[in-house]
Amino acid sequence: MLKALGMASRPRTLYEKIWDAHVVDQRADGTCLVFIDRHLVHEVTSPQAFEGLRVAGRKVRRPDLTLAVPDHNLPTTPRKDAAGNRLPIADPESAQQLAALEQNAPAFGIRYIGATDREQGIVHVVGPEQGFSLPGTTIVCGDSHTACHGGLGALAFGIGTSEVEHVLATQTLLLTPSKTMEVRVEGALGPGVTAKDLALEIIRRIGAAGGTGHVIEYTGSTIRALSVEGRLTVSNMSIEGGARAGLIAPDDVTFAYLKGRPMAPKGADWDAAVSYWRTLVTDPGATYDRTVLIDAAEIAPNVTWGTSPEDVVPITGVVPDPMDFADPSKQEAARKSLAYMGLEPGMRMQDVAVENIFIGSCTNSRIEDLRAAAAVLKGRKKAPGVKWAIVVPGSGLVKEQAEAEGLDRVFKDAGLEWREPGCSACLGMNPDKVPPGERSASTSNRNFVGRQGPGARTHLVSPAMAAAAAVTGRLSDVRELGGDA
Amino acid sequence: MDPVNHVEGKAYPFGRKNVDTDVIIPAHWLKTISRIGLGRGAFEALRAEPGNLFDDPAYAGSPILIAGDNFGCGSSREHAAWALGDMGIKAVIAPSFSDIFSGNAFKNGILTVVLPQEAIDRLMEVAKTDEIHVDLENQTVTTPFQDRFSFEIDPFRKQCLMGGLDEIGMTMAMDGQISNYEQRAAAAWPWQAGGANA
Repeated sequence: MLKALGMASRPRTLYEKIWDAHVVDQRADGTCLVFIDRHLVHEVTSPQAFEGLRVAGRKVRRPDLTLAVPDHNLPTTPRKDAAGNRLPIADPESAQQLAALEQNAPAFGIRYIGATDREQGIVHVVGPEQGFSLPGTTIVCGDSHTACHGGLGALAFGIGTSEVEHVLATQTLLLTPSKTMEVRVEGALGPGVTAKDLALEIIRRIGAAGGTGHVIEYTGSTIRALSVEGRLTVSNMSIEGGARAGLIAPDDVTFAYLKGRPMAPKGADWDAAVSYWRTLVTDPGATYDRTVLIDAAEIAPNVTWGTSPEDVVPITGVVPDPMDFADPSKQEAARKSLAYMGLEPGMRMQDVAVENIFIGSCTNSRIEDLRAAAAVLKGRKKAPGVKWAIVVPGSGLVKEQAEAEGLDRVFKDAGLEWREPGCSACLGMNPDKVPPGERSASTSNRNFVGRQGPGARTHLVSPAMAAAAAVTGRLSDVRELGGDA
Repeated sequence: MDPVNHVEGKAYPFGRKNVDTDVIIPAHWLKTISRIGLGRGAFEALRAEPGNLFDDPAYAGSPILIAGDNFGCGSSREHAAWALGDMGIKAVIAPSFSDIFSGNAFKNGILTVVLPQEAIDRLMEVAKTDEIHVDLENQTVTTPFQDRFSFEIDPFRKQCLMGGLDEIGMTMAMDGQISNYEQRAAAAWPWQAGGANA
């Protein structure tokens, strides 16, 4: 069977193994037709794809491999009234786009988890949580943070709407192989240093374009010691380093996480799956196109200062001087960033006041993220200068779990709002936005100009660091604040 | 998709690095269920600045955009390619592009031309006064001043662009190979089929 699937015996990387197992056809010019095992669909990048299918009279080839969930546009305020009736979406364009998915999914035979279903959430939280995302599979979604699922050992990447339509119609994509980059992290992360800080550190080191054309495999003892949720956080941000996908070899931690999830294999299938998944490691002697080594002990809680995710400094650091950068175009970019961010070179990051706190997004809205934030907030109050602070669980199931643990009470007692699941203030598309000129400490993934709303100034941090900023009203070193984080 | 070969005309000398797709088209424009009309939202934040490049009459309707490293990074939104196309852009020239953006541009008949920074610097100068010519068939970018820069492009993409081919139709014609693969996969990994139906 392995031979039949075209697998060679030379040492291969994890990426090559998954790639080889999915090649349907290879053209003379090297372009491959690659099979897609899992397709996640949300409301923003799919309407034009479904319209394309309709116009051409085409069907969805494999609805059984396709899962639709609304997330980007959904307001995170209550979705039902006291009588249990669905509340309308106020914004007419958002309502229309959400309605389109609700109609398109059943019309094309696709499983739909709707806005008021308890399993609803951000696609990248729902996929792993339901056991839809599995090791060794190819996973796509019309969203760049699909890289997230690589934390389970899946080859997962974002695609555009034309590709969404291509996958719906054919369950394949035309791709050329990527180069491979190993990011090996060794040692123990210090107290208060999380998977998010590690992700930011990696992007700082390789740059926002460093991974372009590559798939990153994260290896080393630090990665192995991460929980699945931490691995999802690290892999999620691969795209911020330019890499379309990240990969972490599945292991017993992965299998324990997946076992018993609703869409995960069961019985004899489970045993067969685990046997196969154990082969999904980079062989000794296999080579990467590039390797980056990181010592975990060197990583502090990190924070961004600018408008690119590569603009990272330790919380103990200061705003850099644009003249510190060797590259003239980076100097110019840094000047523009600082003007937008309203910061001066040499300012201590810990002196930067924030008015808004966002804890959520596909990067940091899983239960461990909420526990880390709650550990800092327990018994404390948000600072008077913090005007708006919201906690947005990644899914309805995360929300239930958090409430069962009493985390919602901790947040509310501290003066933070406890919301319904969705993408929320990560992207300035739904009602959750940071006001112009105001600053946020945000657990999301992008500090781009206008990302959290026009004129919004974003500082990316971990959940524990966002909680610390909520308490002090400024960017703060969580290690000085204590708590269990 | 209409066939693409020559793109000739004025070019926006933009040149900025790490231009993300949130800058090209902010998220609030993504609520549309149509592909058309997004040009109005293109570079919205930049266009709010007086005297900005994109509203400068000297460059109105330019079919070429010259950008810096890592153009189109960030979100996978194809709306970025639709917005550029809607404002009349048919080719973007930069030292590098994000992988997702260059794929999206290609699917919409927008050429992404990769040239070294020195060539970009030169084209930025030329664009201030003169037209630029992108020739896909010969894989060159030329100016009226005898500048001639060659670029690489994936042969399959070139063929699709020049032929205006329907990629989905081409893949659907490979139904036999896809079905064969599905049978092999069902035998090797029986737990994967029906994943969404549980």
